[in-house]
Amino acid sequence: MTLFHDIGQYLLMIKGMFARPESAKMYWKEFIHQCTEIGIGSLGIVAIISVFIGAVSTIQTAYQLVSPLIPPSTIAQIVRDTVILEFAPTLVCIVLAGVAGSRIASELGNMRVSEQIDALEIMGVKTKTYLVLPKIAAALLTIPMLVVISMALGIWGGRLAGVSAGIVSSNVFDKGLLEFFVPYNVIFALTKSYVFAFIISSVPAFYGYYVKGGALEIGRASTKAVVVSCILILFADYILSALLLQNA
Amino acid sequence: MIEVRNIKKEFDGKTIIEDVSAVMQTGQCNLIIGASGSGKTVLMKCMVGLFTPDAGDIIYDGKNFTNMAPNEKTEVRKEIGMLFQGSALFDSQTVEQNVMFPLNMFTNWTTRKKLDRVNEVLNRVNLNESNRKFPAELSGGMKKRVALARAIVLNPKYLFCDEPNSGLDPQTSLVIDRLIREITLEFNITTVVNTHDMNSVMEIGNYILYMYKGHKEWEGNNKEIIFSKNKLLNDFIFASDFLQDAKDMRMLEEKGKIANDRDMDELLK
Repeated sequence: MTLFHDIGQYLLMIKGMFARPESAKMYWKEFIHQCTEIGIGSLGIVAIISVFIGAVSTIQTAYQLVSPLIPPSTIAQIVRDTVILEFAPTLVCIVLAGVAGSRIASELGNMRVSEQIDALEIMGVKTKTYLVLPKIAAALLTIPMLVVISMALGIWGGRLAGVSAGIVSSNVFDKGLLEFFVPYNVIFALTKSYVFAFIISSVPAFYGYYVKGGALEIGRASTKAVVVSCILILFADYILSALLLQNA
Repeated sequence: MIEVRNIKKEFDGKTIIEDVSAVMQTGQCNLIIGASGSGKTVLMKCMVGLFTPDAGDIIYDGKNFTNMAPNEKTEVRKEIGMLFQGSALFDSQTVEQNVMFPLNMFTNWTTRKKLDRVNEVLNRVNLNESNRKFPAELSGGMKKRVALARAIVLNPKYLFCDEPNSGLDPQTSLVIDRLIREITLEFNITTVVNTHDMNSVMEIGNYILYMYKGHKEWEGNNKEIIFSKNKLLNDFIFASDFLQDAKDMRMLEEKGKIANDRDMDELLK
């Protein structure tokens, strides 16, 4: 029953955020603020993770490719496709669920508990529109950008590790990157990143917006938001892969 | 004027307020008093629309707020200012930004005009040099005053204050009470204050509604409360021997048995 209640409340929240803004300027300001928080605020961790994921992929792929019949440029192809198809969109979004998701849940939870949301309601501000919509819109704009940056940095990290460890030369790696490249993979990854961005922003917003209690409940809501977001990301990953890759 | 008619509110099958009615006049401080858990905060939240009552009506100057469509309620809310128990200031914004927020949201004024209005209301609550401070840098009394400034910045017709003195020392409480009374008279606002502070009751209570276990137990003003024979009310308001004595003295004063300006030094000789 709680599950159905929560799903219903979540859908009502999503429906409720589509309303005419009281002041376009204030909403735009909030949107830009959220873009900075979610996008710029997560750039560092995304960069670090991406470079290391790419590096580890190169080393582990080389470790497993022991046959002399397979050319070394295959390493670059595998790293490229793994990073584009899975690591950049999924792993980065799982990390972002922790970084941005917990921030969204705790920010809204704190506002709810300290009656700031009530204060906005009393003023006549449409709180779902003002507090939730800019966060989701900012996530939908910045997270796909972060995923693209992650793709580039992941591949660069793989190249760096391959060259510095003497696994593959830079020329061979670059040649491998261009071989059998399927542009659809990038479209697939971006489609995933939009779906994940919506999950990362809307699920924590739901848990934060409807929190009841005090500081302890804010912490619990934040944790629950991250856990549910991660599960939904993995579930959506499977569904999207089944739908978009099997028929491609 | 705000009229509350036969309001009832339940949570999970438990009745929190039952058949409460009251008329709160414009230009007066209307107090809702009662012990913790008596339903006064729920009543106030029903009045401002944060809770929907299960029965009854809230009438704002002849307009039934309870039956209004959400967009109509939003319009009425623009005429409401509210001071919350915990102040509810936006942590990440300065005092100036907090007070300017409603102006940014609901007016097309120039920045100069908005700043002038912010300074005017901050000056009104005696906070002249705190514009750049963040809520975390303010004392409890200052936070309440900033919240009060934010509540009145759009010239509301109705002002709601939820336990404005909670957590404040008696002297600061008195400052807040007097500010609320002055603002009510100055701007001819219908003010509703939730409190269990005895000083507030005696200081600003033009109309007092005493709630006991979710129902209206007594109503009157701060003169009538002295002569009330209601035991529940007397036990609540004049709980200590000291306050009981103070009540007796005030009764004697009101009846003219002793002088208001009596010289205690002379009497004690």
